[in-house]
Amino acid sequence: MYSKKECVAMLLAGGQGSRLYALTQKVAKPAVPYGAKYRIIDFPLSNCINSGIDTVGVLTQYQPLVLNEYIGNGQPWDLDRVHGGVHVLPPYQSAKGSQWYEGTANAIYQNLPFMDRYDPEYVIILSGDHIYKMDYNKMLQYHKEKDAVCTIAVLNVELSEASRFGIMFAHDDGEIYDFVEKPKEPKSTLASMGIYIFSYPILRKYLIENELDQNATKDFGKNIIPALLENKERVYAYRFSGYWKDVGTIDSLWEANMDLLNPNLNLDLYDPTWKVFSRNPIMPPQVIGEHAAIQNSMVTEGCVIDGTVDFSMISDGVTIEEGAVVTDSILMPGAVVKKGAVVEYAIVGEESVVGEGSHIGGRPEDTENKNEWGIAVIGYNVTVSPGSVVKPKQIVYENI
Amino acid sequence: MAVNMSSVLGLVFANMHDKTIEDLTKNRTMGSVMFGGRYRLIDFPLSNMVNSGMAEVGVIAKSNYLSLIDHIGSGAEWDLSRKKGGLHILTPFSNAESVLYRGRLEAMQGAVGFIKASAAEYVVLADCDIVTNMDFRPILEKHVATGADITAVAHTGIYTLDDTRSCTVFASDESGRIHDVLINPLMSGACSMSLNMFVMRRDFLLEILKQAAPRSLYSFEKDILQSKCREFKIYTYEYDGYYSKISNMKNYYEANYALLNFENCKKLFAYKRPIYTKVRDNAPSKYGLDSSVKRSLIADGCEIKGDVENCVIFRGVKIGKGSKIRNCILMQGTTVEDGVEMTNVITDKNVNISENRLLSGSVEYPMFIGKGASI
Repeated sequence: MYSKKECVAMLLAGGQGSRLYALTQKVAKPAVPYGAKYRIIDFPLSNCINSGIDTVGVLTQYQPLVLNEYIGNGQPWDLDRVHGGVHVLPPYQSAKGSQWYEGTANAIYQNLPFMDRYDPEYVIILSGDHIYKMDYNKMLQYHKEKDAVCTIAVLNVELSEASRFGIMFAHDDGEIYDFVEKPKEPKSTLASMGIYIFSYPILRKYLIENELDQNATKDFGKNIIPALLENKERVYAYRFSGYWKDVGTIDSLWEANMDLLNPNLNLDLYDPTWKVFSRNPIMPPQVIGEHAAIQNSMVTEGCVIDGTVDFSMISDGVTIEEGAVVTDSILMPGAVVKKGAVVEYAIVGEESVVGEGSHIGGRPEDTENKNEWGIAVIGYNVTVSPGSVVKPKQIVYENI
Repeated sequence: MAVNMSSVLGLVFANMHDKTIEDLTKNRTMGSVMFGGRYRLIDFPLSNMVNSGMAEVGVIAKSNYLSLIDHIGSGAEWDLSRKKGGLHILTPFSNAESVLYRGRLEAMQGAVGFIKASAAEYVVLADCDIVTNMDFRPILEKHVATGADITAVAHTGIYTLDDTRSCTVFASDESGRIHDVLINPLMSGACSMSLNMFVMRRDFLLEILKQAAPRSLYSFEKDILQSKCREFKIYTYEYDGYYSKISNMKNYYEANYALLNFENCKKLFAYKRPIYTKVRDNAPSKYGLDSSVKRSLIADGCEIKGDVENCVIFRGVKIGKGSKIRNCILMQGTTVEDGVEMTNVITDKNVNISENRLLSGSVEYPMFIGKGASI
């Protein structure tokens, strides 16, 4: 069957997301709920389809059940296609034995046969833990104009934050001449966004060479990119200036949610020409009760709200009973806040129940020792019994 | 007796009762009239059929069906995009000699090829005027148990003159067998009102259609139920679940408002029997700095900066700062600018209300603003 594709996307979605603690006990990071009706993976998948890329391999490894079910046949993202579409790619057993994905480069290497089937000119490597809207097609045009073998999307970050990223050094024309992974003393502010476009034959060659190297850690940042630079290959930086956020930690996940409530945010979820698609939970509209007071918040379908909500993100199927107060918090799908409970500066995981009169989290101004303050987290499917107190920064994994 | 529900064919009549809410059906079918924030009336019979285990449905459309086709598409949202069975939109066959059908029998004559081609044993007929979450399985079971030729779903209640202005009323004996049928009786008090859903064997339906065609019979209610109730065994099935019947603008308005009650909402949108509809991928709704919302149903994609009470707000509605909206139904894409005051108003799709306008209808006769109007 002829099914050539100019560009195939490979989405790395196997990460455990260990710094999200209780929220990723049962689900892989890309399946973590975000922005009231999305999951993190909706952003790269929607970017693909909005950029005209209709063939996406999603590499999964850690706790794939929820993620696999969520992706399904790809219909919500228009990725149910006769040729191409979305494919979930777990590690597999072969005649030579079986192997888990070890490092990002190895994961892509193990799926060379998948990419070969589409005979692509280019492959774009994406990760499943970033919130952003980006036209990959523009980046591909840039890659072609520069006649590059590899183009890396970069973002200008604050110098103080640069040590968290892979930092690039580029000439004025965009050509990258050096790269340092998480430098202790950063000398540039061009941070890699973890988005790479490769000309496929070159990627194939480098992946195979890297695989043969016994000492390699089989990682794009640590092996493939340095090898390209060492061999003086044409590697270019593609500057991106929109909203982009890594949601790998509790704090950054909370911030990224709260960012959506900022009216000046450069990430428009309401743009009809670039929708962010998601799997619909099939629920009725939100029902707002007699005693409700809702401000500065985003609320979605299936919610029943009779309490007070301010500066919060309320996901599908959430119930907030009369007299309950939810402020500066994220309630994930199906969470229930019972009568008189208070939830502030907290994340309540999917299907969790906050019992009557409980108090979850606290305001920074009410905490004496600032080091003890942080976002409180109730994990996935946890019941907090009535009258319980969960302190700021506390992470609750099991019923209390 | 259990019935194999995958062997039941559904026929949904999209245009029946169009005349009862003419304002809303000017540009669309009864089936594509908006309801409850994110639905269209046809979502209810379609979802009920699918949730009852049926997998083959024909939607009989007569006129104005562009919005219906746009809404239903391939039927994928109802899981009816199938190789075996699935959803079929049956538009009228017409040529120079034929005219558009006048009643249910004539409508089915146009779809007789589809009904014949099905391998189903039973047929469920349903209109789009009843908003409910109904399981058809017990109805089929009772149909088989009573050995009826036709089972008509009905509800016995206390009705007003307005309710019975356009409806069918049954009189039946203790066993439920119907011995008299009144059409649009204009009566009030307790009676058994038809919910316009019928069950029969497919071969029985084909026989009726065969007999009716050469005799120019076109109305199922008049020419079959009424004329033949002594010849055929026609039984009622008393439905006592939550439902609303849409037969005029007032009860359309009330049926929407009934959903502001948590309990009603739970009954209609039962967790295990969801009501499916077309997904529009709207973002969540955003509540602004000084917004106040009480006793309302709000769909996704809205931006609310004003004050809203007792309202049903459809997808993608914008309400500006300082606006006060009371007892209104604002349909998809309505924009209300800043400082507007509206009471008892229904806006159709994509209406724009300019700033500082004052609009007011009454509870008995809500003000209706047509599709795309700018005020």
